[in-house]
Amino acid sequence: MKQVLIDYTLHLADDSLILGQRNAEWCGHGPVLEQDIAITNISLDLIGQSRNFYQYAATLIGNDSTEDSLAYLRKEEEFKNCLLVEQPKGDWAQTILRQFFFSQYQYLLFQQLQNGKDEQLAAIAEKSLKEVTYHLRWSSEWVIRLGDGTDESHQRMIKTIDELWKYADELFSATSYELQVASDGAGIDVSKLKEQWMTKVKEIFSEATLPIPGKTFVQGGGKEGRHTEHLAYILTELQYMQRTYPGCDW
Amino acid sequence: MNNYLRKFYYGDIPEDKAGSNIVSSSAKSDWPLWEVFIRSKQGLDHKHVGSLHATDAQMAMENARDVYTRRMEGVSLWVVESKYIHASNPEEAGELFEPAVDKIYRHPTFYDLPDEVNQM
Amino acid sequence: MATLELEKIFLQKIDGEVKIEPKDWMPDAYRKTNIRQVSQHAHSEIVGMLPEGAWISRAPSLKRKAILIAKVQDEAGHGLYLYSACETLGITREETINDLHSGKAKYSSIFNYPTLTWADIGAIGWLVDGAAIMNQVMLTRTSYGPYARAMVRICKEESFHQRQGFEILLVLSNGRDEQKAMCQDAIDRWWWPSLMMFGPHDSESTNSEQSMKWKIKRKTNDELRQNFVDMCAEQVKVLGMKIPDDKLKWNEERMHYDFGEINWDEFWNVVKGNGPCNKQRLEARKKAWDEGEWVREAAAAHAEKRKKRKAA
Repeated sequence: MKQVLIDYTLHLADDSLILGQRNAEWCGHGPVLEQDIAITNISLDLIGQSRNFYQYAATLIGNDSTEDSLAYLRKEEEFKNCLLVEQPKGDWAQTILRQFFFSQYQYLLFQQLQNGKDEQLAAIAEKSLKEVTYHLRWSSEWVIRLGDGTDESHQRMIKTIDELWKYADELFSATSYELQVASDGAGIDVSKLKEQWMTKVKEIFSEATLPIPGKTFVQGGGKEGRHTEHLAYILTELQYMQRTYPGCDW
Repeated sequence: MNNYLRKFYYGDIPEDKAGSNIVSSSAKSDWPLWEVFIRSKQGLDHKHVGSLHATDAQMAMENARDVYTRRMEGVSLWVVESKYIHASNPEEAGELFEPAVDKIYRHPTFYDLPDEVNQM
Repeated sequence: MATLELEKIFLQKIDGEVKIEPKDWMPDAYRKTNIRQVSQHAHSEIVGMLPEGAWISRAPSLKRKAILIAKVQDEAGHGLYLYSACETLGITREETINDLHSGKAKYSSIFNYPTLTWADIGAIGWLVDGAAIMNQVMLTRTSYGPYARAMVRICKEESFHQRQGFEILLVLSNGRDEQKAMCQDAIDRWWWPSLMMFGPHDSESTNSEQSMKWKIKRKTNDELRQNFVDMCAEQVKVLGMKIPDDKLKWNEERMHYDFGEINWDEFWNVVKGNGPCNKQRLEARKKAWDEGEWVREAAAAHAEKRKKRKAA
């Protein structure tokens, strides 16, 4: 039982960390100063979430486990983030669309998780819900702005929907550890969130004059450690210092 | 030599020691300027803290929150497009504000009351 | 009112420590000096995000990663406060950015140096932010109101920057041999550029006198530089590290530290644009701006559409 809870917590932590890492790539390169601050704020929130989850996982694992040993010393196949968050940041359209998909999912997830039986996970979910609400609001507005902005922004949105849609499904395909933790009441069966997510996305897309794609071949496996080529590059940078200077304090 | 014709530089770098000068084209899309006012949790009034660029009130509000409230708890934010702010003309300060100065009877300290009722 | 009369009132305010506000009359040169100084200060904050931002993805712990993001974010915010102050002087943000990209406007040369190791992040916090704080504290008393107020806000946030930098170095100085070596190496590379941040000698500073008279500047370059050296010479002892200057020595008579001469060739070269990173810094900013054009246009277009729909 405990191992599945650890896996679940790591999955939640990894999602937030990898997306936080991707968003931080905009630092100093944003399209406008105010938005640079906005996206790095979101990045900071996500990293904060990941730290909470990792710290909890570390206590569950015991031994000498710490938030850093979990983030810096695991290999790609041990990471349980979904494929959506490891995709490149792309242009602004890709970043805000990916944020919208993810935040809408996180919002529904945390809303339920805050009432779950695991006190720690519930507490983290409750605390994170406020910031996720903001992320959702911010990214929804951008989807609308770019979808219903200029021809160019509209085209870029079409392109990025095409790029990212295939990764959305994985958010709602529950792994065995997710299902086990859900049946204990400590976690959430994400497959039950899909319909609501779809409804919300359709609402925003409609206002943004964007089309919902038809049947797409979906990609998954990240939550079970089968990643795209991107993750290895992300981890190479992320883990560089600790791997080059093992066992040091920073 | 008239002082007002001299040029001044940050870090005292004279122009002839400056670098290249590539001329870039100007962008067409200017976002309007907004002024931001914040009242802190314990505060009584909104104070002007600065400005930022945004396309609409929604964005201005979010930007203001991101830029000016990272270290604050529970605040109230006002954002106003700069063009809607009307400021008093400093040259008219005389006629606008000086008449108040000599009406000292508007101040409580003007009134000398016996000690027994001086707490008023 | 005659210009002479307006000038008199202006100077009276300066002498009486009354702030000059956006709508007040001011000499053209005063306006221009402030525009140049404030905008270049703003550019420095923004360009400064690049050398430090480069290490966010590689920060050696989650705590350090979060701290670094928060710090770099602050720099963006500082840039914003300063662009704000600048716009009150009658110039748009776009114009100031064009000046930066065309090479006409300068930014602090210190950011033309590369961040080669994690220890550089610590050195920047301790030395570069330390130097900036000295300058900024002085500027909280600058005569132009919006600039002074922006500086007050910036100073409140800046001390965390210096402290986190020093802490990074402190941890390294108490770590393994390779960490200690990393720490000393970073100090060796950032010391002299930090001293250069205070600008040329007073004797070669063309505008110091006028800036002092108009209280745009409250202390001279050399004064600030001396204070900085005195402060760091003591702080470096806590780290158990050395400042790379064999002429650094306490002078009992002056009650200050004597220190070596800056390499002025390097100083002017970097200012001219031949520093290690000048080109890439500017290119990164231009790229961000150019690639962001469609985003800014789209947002403006959408706002227009919304307005029209509302009116309909």
